[in-house]
Amino acid sequence: MTEQLSAWDRVQLARNAARPHALDYINELVKDFVELHGDRLFGDDHALVGGIGEFRGRTVIVLGHQKGANTRENIERNFGMPRPEGYRKALRLIRQAEKFNLPVLTFIDTPAADPGLGSEERGQANAIAENLIAMAAMRVPAIATVVGEGGSGGALAISIADRILMMENAIYAVASPEACATILWKDAAQAPAAAEILRITANDLHGFGIADEVIPEPVAAHLQPAATIQRAGDSIERHLRDIEQTIATMGVEAVVAARYAKYRGIGRWVDNGETILRNGAVNHSRNGAEHETPAQPTTTR
Amino acid sequence: MRELFRRQPKFSPTAPGEETRSIPDDLWIKCPKCNELQYSKDAERNLYVCPRCGHHGRLSAVQRIETLVDEGSFVEYDAGLAQSDPLEFVANGEAYRAKAASASRKTHTNDALICGTASIAGRPVSLAVTEFGFMGASMGSVYGEKLVRAIERAIEGRLGLVTVSSSGGARMHESMFSLMQMAKTTAALAHLGDARLPHLSLLTDPCFGGVTASYATVADVIIAEPGAIIGFAGPRVIEQVTRQKLPEGFQTAEFLLEHGMIDLVVSRAQLPERIGTLLRHLAVHAEPTGAGTENSRPVEPAEALHD
Repeated sequence: MTEQLSAWDRVQLARNAARPHALDYINELVKDFVELHGDRLFGDDHALVGGIGEFRGRTVIVLGHQKGANTRENIERNFGMPRPEGYRKALRLIRQAEKFNLPVLTFIDTPAADPGLGSEERGQANAIAENLIAMAAMRVPAIATVVGEGGSGGALAISIADRILMMENAIYAVASPEACATILWKDAAQAPAAAEILRITANDLHGFGIADEVIPEPVAAHLQPAATIQRAGDSIERHLRDIEQTIATMGVEAVVAARYAKYRGIGRWVDNGETILRNGAVNHSRNGAEHETPAQPTTTR
Repeated sequence: MRELFRRQPKFSPTAPGEETRSIPDDLWIKCPKCNELQYSKDAERNLYVCPRCGHHGRLSAVQRIETLVDEGSFVEYDAGLAQSDPLEFVANGEAYRAKAASASRKTHTNDALICGTASIAGRPVSLAVTEFGFMGASMGSVYGEKLVRAIERAIEGRLGLVTVSSSGGARMHESMFSLMQMAKTTAALAHLGDARLPHLSLLTDPCFGGVTASYATVADVIIAEPGAIIGFAGPRVIEQVTRQKLPEGFQTAEFLLEHGMIDLVVSRAQLPERIGTLLRHLAVHAEPTGAGTENSRPVEPAEALHD
């Protein structure tokens, strides 16, 4: 039904205030959910929620960006833009997941990491970076589901996982269409054009091999929230079972190695080999004989 | 390899080969902070640091390598890697490929990161240095792949990793491929850590976005040059969002040191010695864990010293 939508239509749907947000998914899918608060360093961030509960028969750690359904809620939630303490709370819960050997489920829905003065003072960049390395190496399964807006590093910081799932009308972008339009045309009003150029829809990302599955929305999520959430839950369960099966047969090492291989393989480049560079000096890229360089234009993932 | 650098015109604002004798820009360099004029030969000798106000001028990747590593020790790897333009990105009638080709001609490199091996104060390292002149040293697929290979080279050769980063962040033209390089490069650092090898990160002016929010701040020691502007969000974005005037000195290296985000602020002239000292201290952990094989034995400092 929503197949013919433009990228900008999807952006509008992804940002629709009535669309189910992380806590809607968590409350529907996670039984006896207990929200856990605070980073033990500075404060509790309301834009990034986390906790523990039971997902279809197993205990899990859950993390999600939380937007509000109205202005008052959005002010409380900082419009879903986490501050460093949010990411550090996430890191604390990731450590807890590892300690108790629990899978991690994350729900991605943020315009960006908070770009405020206090966030800079408290090390926003480092807070995100530390999560990337922790999630890349964690010895428990993880599934990230982009339910709305996947906004750049702020989204990435809790989405390093064994599977990346995207709702059909979710988006995931390196920069918001508005920011991109400002850079390209010095005009944020050109955002619809930027949205097309950036290739940010779930189908685009699935085509690039970055998203593992697109969860269909035959009817936009905000019009049929309960059915949409259950459909997402079914997908998450299927992928989680698959990973649990791998752990049972090959051990958790295989899962961690596969996760690394997944990210190690993302990127597209060509290798011109021995190029003449730097005013006639031949570069020495082939001198490192022990390093295989792909001979043909490399298309990985 | 020394020739490689010799042939590169030093700090020339014009393309190589052009006659520039009559233009004083070639001879004099003006400090962007205090307007002090320096004769270009003096500027080079001063490592492009202003003798009057101490402002650290921006360096090209080649100049950075020249001022940091032992003379003649740098060997470049993976220089042939170039963009494949997965989005077929065109904006304002300008294709990404054309933009990259033009940047390549200007900077004499195929992308924004130059990687290789070298020695710093006699210590062998795997080195990765950004070229800010190449599309603001934005991180795309080539940057990410080259950095991961530099990390793998460090692990295989049991070398310390030194990264020098000045970047505007992720490269918009490769969209999600760029964003994912943050994950890819940082994930690779986990393997470097497992191998008990150090990562020393040098942040130089300016460094923002996806680079500070990934590998560049996941390091055993983070060093910045004096006055370098470093952060997550750019100052203009912060002012727009918060509608607040930013305080004096916000996001400078000194500000980051004060707020506990970096270990050291080190002036350019002191960098080789300080990095060398840190590498020496951390090298005790760079010993192979099991019975070392021929390939995995640590390189003796003497081997890396050139004559």
